Amino acid sequence: MRTLLFLLDKEFRQLLRNKQLLRTLIIAPMIQLILLPLAADYSVKNISIAVVDNDHSTFSQKLIYKITASGHFKLTGYTNSYPQALSMVEQEKADLVLQIPTDFEKNLVTENQAKLYIAINAIEGTKANLGGAYLASIIRDFNSDISVKWQTPATSDVPQVTVASSNWYNPYLNYNLYMVPAILVTLVTAMAAMQSAFNIVEEKEKGTIEQINVTPIKKYIFIIGKLVPFLVLGIVIFTMGLILARVLYGVVPVGSLFVLYGSLILYMFAMLGLGLLISTYSGTQQQAMSLAFFFINIFNMLSGIFTPVDSMPGWAKTIVETFPPSHFIKIMRLVVLKGSSFSDISYHLVAITIIAVVFNTWAIINYRKTA
Amino acid sequence: MRQLIIFVKKEFLHVFRDRKTLLMLFGLPIAQIVLFGFALSTEIKNSKITIVDYSKDVVTTNLIQKIGASNYFNIERSLKSATDLQADFKKGISKMAVIFPENFGSDLIHTGKATVQVIADASDPNLATTITNYVTQIINDFNAQLSANSAQPMQIMAEIQMLYNPELRGAPNFVPGVMALVLMLVCTMMTSVAIVKEKELGTMEVLLVSPFKPIYIIISKLTPYLIISVMNLFIILFLSAVFLDLQVKGSLLLLVFGSILFILTSLSIGLYLSIGAKTQQAAMGLALMGMMLPTMLLTGFLFPIENMPIVMQWLSNAVPSRWYFLIIKKVMLKGLGFKAVWKEILILGSMSVFLFAISLRKFKIRLE
Repeated sequence: MRTLLFLLDKEFRQLLRNKQLLRTLIIAPMIQLILLPLAADYSVKNISIAVVDNDHSTFSQKLIYKITASGHFKLTGYTNSYPQALSMVEQEKADLVLQIPTDFEKNLVTENQAKLYIAINAIEGTKANLGGAYLASIIRDFNSDISVKWQTPATSDVPQVTVASSNWYNPYLNYNLYMVPAILVTLVTAMAAMQSAFNIVEEKEKGTIEQINVTPIKKYIFIIGKLVPFLVLGIVIFTMGLILARVLYGVVPVGSLFVLYGSLILYMFAMLGLGLLISTYSGTQQQAMSLAFFFINIFNMLSGIFTPVDSMPGWAKTIVETFPPSHFIKIMRLVVLKGSSFSDISYHLVAITIIAVVFNTWAIINYRKTA
Repeated sequence: MRQLIIFVKKEFLHVFRDRKTLLMLFGLPIAQIVLFGFALSTEIKNSKITIVDYSKDVVTTNLIQKIGASNYFNIERSLKSATDLQADFKKGISKMAVIFPENFGSDLIHTGKATVQVIADASDPNLATTITNYVTQIINDFNAQLSANSAQPMQIMAEIQMLYNPELRGAPNFVPGVMALVLMLVCTMMTSVAIVKEKELGTMEVLLVSPFKPIYIIISKLTPYLIISVMNLFIILFLSAVFLDLQVKGSLLLLVFGSILFILTSLSIGLYLSIGAKTQQAAMGLALMGMMLPTMLLTGFLFPIENMPIVMQWLSNAVPSRWYFLIIKKVMLKGLGFKAVWKEILILGSMSVFLFAISLRKFKIRLE
């Protein structure tokens, strides 16, 4: 026990002495937490639309007015020629093209039917999906507007199902409430957990690990000594992040802090275990870094921070189940937004525990005191 | 010149001797392109929902069947009463609840009106909006069937065409994004340790007392990574053509030229970090932890840049991958020529020259 205290003393001193590293580890995540939620906004507001109006009628004017007044669309082009509008899409000046064919109004009035053509740049899935849906619903509205105005409502005797929808937990559809907790998780993951790998490998690279290997220090004590400072660092970053999120973005956890911190500590064990595992497989810091980058990048992209996990193919979902961050991100969102309790998140906690045990055991078996 | 060649050779030997790093350098972009290309999609489907049916009649059964048959939803649970809803949401096992009140069917037939209640878990606002929209669409279709006999007046039919990516696959958006992300981070990370490692191990002193010019030291450090990155680029292009069905539609030469400019820019960023850092850990901290998320978010492949506040739009202009992402999209996916990308190419070119110049200035020939 006394040995452990000495080791911890050494590790904390070394960590606190390296001011440049400490600055990077603490300030960099905070700056990111301040700025990035501003960027992480999926709410689609300014979809650029190019309108090809071949009709020039009252109806076409009204429709265009209705589209621009909706607030979702920005009229960036108004032409007579479809190829010209298409070239605007090519130059990224327009996301979608609405073509109003000649005789649109005439067909609508005389034949009771008219067509509109919409072409969407589908490379960006979100925009294409939402933009198309918004435009379709505006056209639907416009359609019912004019048919109410022009016809006597002969449809009143037809049975209709209406939809009453409500949004729980985030009624104002505030995107920050959803993204800020997840961004905080990625920052804690990257900053604290992976640096532990570099730290151990540094001793290997410099040769100082030999000195520890020849002492009677047991390997698990050495490992605990290496991991505890980063556990503390992780908790510090997490706490600062929660405060910033509250002050800047008004993200106040609905659930209890006890649940949050309990899950955090469990999660840190899993990620520190991964860091440890990486360190046992690398001889130089550069190797450790490339391995760490590999994992962090995959975690960030696949853990459901940016894209829904439910939409992935089955094999990918199974892989994602083994990622500790994907569980912790779910926990964060559940606890922060909905106030879930330990029993609500028990599945994710059990998953993290299993992963943590596997990583740590594997790492300790693989770590050898002989060089 | 001979000196330079010898030094480049030395650096190559260093890089190729480290088998593990080399394996990662090649394995990492390949694994990620394939993984992300297949797995990622922003399309929302298979959302888990809960159905609460108080009425249990022909109409509700019919509607539930329609909802269940759609690709967008997986009916995860059917509850008898709405009191358990909260618990489901708190466990995160349901994204939306569709509630049919009592006497739904008979209300619809007798009064001509019935209301279905839809409660979305709006923690993810985007998902909530989209799936509410989907349900509304299904119900509108149902309404249209009901009124099929009495002809609707003044129908506007919208024909929607999806350009460039008719099946709405995730890959055409994610492959260019991931290419930009991976190339940028790999280049930056690898060079970020290059100079500082020599400092930390003490071998920098040997280099500095030699008659070798600083610029040669820098060039010899960058060359192996430049070559490896270009090889990576070809592997990525090959993989996306074979596995993800994304061929280069435009000129390959133009794409490679743009890529080399981008790689040089990223290498210069790493160089700059490396010269400024005192320890490898600090350099890696900055390169990996400090740059990863900003690159991910500000490249524009996850979140549209036009949506961001002006400050973020300015900031994104400073991120090289943002410009490279545009080049790939235009040249590779849309098949446009030099006229469409000269601006991006000019920006990347100036960025790399600028970064290289300030790194060179910052490079000290003395140890403190």
